[in-house]
Amino acid sequence: MDLPFLYETFLTLISAVPLTLQLAASAIILGAVLALGLALCRLSGILPLDWLARAYIFVFRGTPLLVQIFLIYYGLGQFREVRQSMFWFVLRDPYWCAVIALMLNTASYSAEIIRGGLLAVPHGQIEAARACGMSRLLVFRRITMPLAIRQALPGYSNEMISMVKATSLASVITIMEVTGVAAKLISETYRAVEVFMVAGAIYLAINFILTRFVAIAEYQMSPHLRQPASLRDVPAAEAR
Amino acid sequence: MGGIPMNQATIFDLIGTGPNGWGPALAAGALMTILIATAGFLIGAVFGCLGAWAKISGGPVTRAIAGTYTTVLRGIPDLLVIYLFYFGGSAVVTAIGRLFGATGFIGFPGFLAGALAVGITSGAQQTEVLRGAYHAVHPGELEAATACGMSSWVRFHRILAPLALRYALPGMGNVWQVVLKESALVSVTGVVELLRQAQIGAGSTSLPFDFYIIAAAIYLAISTVSGGLLQFSERRFSRGVRRG
Repeated sequence: MDLPFLYETFLTLISAVPLTLQLAASAIILGAVLALGLALCRLSGILPLDWLARAYIFVFRGTPLLVQIFLIYYGLGQFREVRQSMFWFVLRDPYWCAVIALMLNTASYSAEIIRGGLLAVPHGQIEAARACGMSRLLVFRRITMPLAIRQALPGYSNEMISMVKATSLASVITIMEVTGVAAKLISETYRAVEVFMVAGAIYLAINFILTRFVAIAEYQMSPHLRQPASLRDVPAAEAR
Repeated sequence: MGGIPMNQATIFDLIGTGPNGWGPALAAGALMTILIATAGFLIGAVFGCLGAWAKISGGPVTRAIAGTYTTVLRGIPDLLVIYLFYFGGSAVVTAIGRLFGATGFIGFPGFLAGALAVGITSGAQQTEVLRGAYHAVHPGELEAATACGMSSWVRFHRILAPLALRYALPGMGNVWQVVLKESALVSVTGVVELLRQAQIGAGSTSLPFDFYIIAAAIYLAISTVSGGLLQFSERRFSRGVRRG
């Protein structure tokens, strides 16, 4: 094992981590907003909105992310109208194209996760809130949304992890995030195994930290499922 | 500047078999995509069976190996694994070639690298699916089989495997859909599958949007048809299950 080479590779790759994190974070945050909109469309009961969301989810879940990235980065530039429009400075930039593609892709998967969370909110809770005189918006903000987030979090953390992994595809459109730098190193040095080990370890570390954060958030959001602190340490004999 | 050429080729000319038609090439690409995905899925099934067996009835060492395998392969990007097999495989093959007196660089076939990479990543997912399916089989059924005097092999292939596969089918269907989309990444090794063929077409006609839209539509068609088949087989293999 060539430790100096591994160390050098690590230093090179770690400098690309901020870009990977930035891609993942912007795609996840923007995607979550779009996903919430899609989930609400699916649940709105208004048929055109429902079908629109269904079609969107069907198309984006049924095609590979790489095709979507190529379609946005290379495909849209085919049209003169796009090239002359005010959005061209965004669509010309590989970084923004990657963010848009990742965002549109994650939204389709997250929408179904969020929809599941919203559907899992017990009807009685909403009824009780309505009975207390809350308006629809207030019920959604105070009752439905927090419960749905709590319910959807485990599934959503899977989606976040796959988004971190999906940022690697941005390297195909010339973005030098961790996989891009790793591929460049491999083709320069032809030491695929060592570079792969270091890059893999970096991704594992990112995903491990991410799952820890989600676990903490999950713990914070479920105080009602835990025993109150005052009861926890009482021995069984005394509790009786 | 690129743009649409003077003799406006419509999207239907592109997918046709005429002089400007890319139909046969795209069909061959789609076939290659299905081949890579199938090979990857089958290799993954082998790894999945081994992994599930190690996790269920292995000792502490095999369990730890299987645990590391699934954690690592589910935590790193597939593209990185493809690069590892493609470039790493070439390095290994070149080294072996040098032993036998060959000089220079020998490339590793992209199809093999892609199928292996897709197989190993999907194997990690299939391990978990199969393990879950094993645990869904009621222990009483296995006990009854033992009580009837079945040997462990007979018990496996008559009782455990049919029941577990029924529970595994929906999860396996999900893995297949993932594998199908993952096969698009194999295009980075230069294998002319659907996406690579679309890239070639886009490059030589400067109509990238049309070609990528066609590729997307073909992927959508493949995943819809195979999804339908999976649903059909799920219903067929659960005929004996009473619902609701």
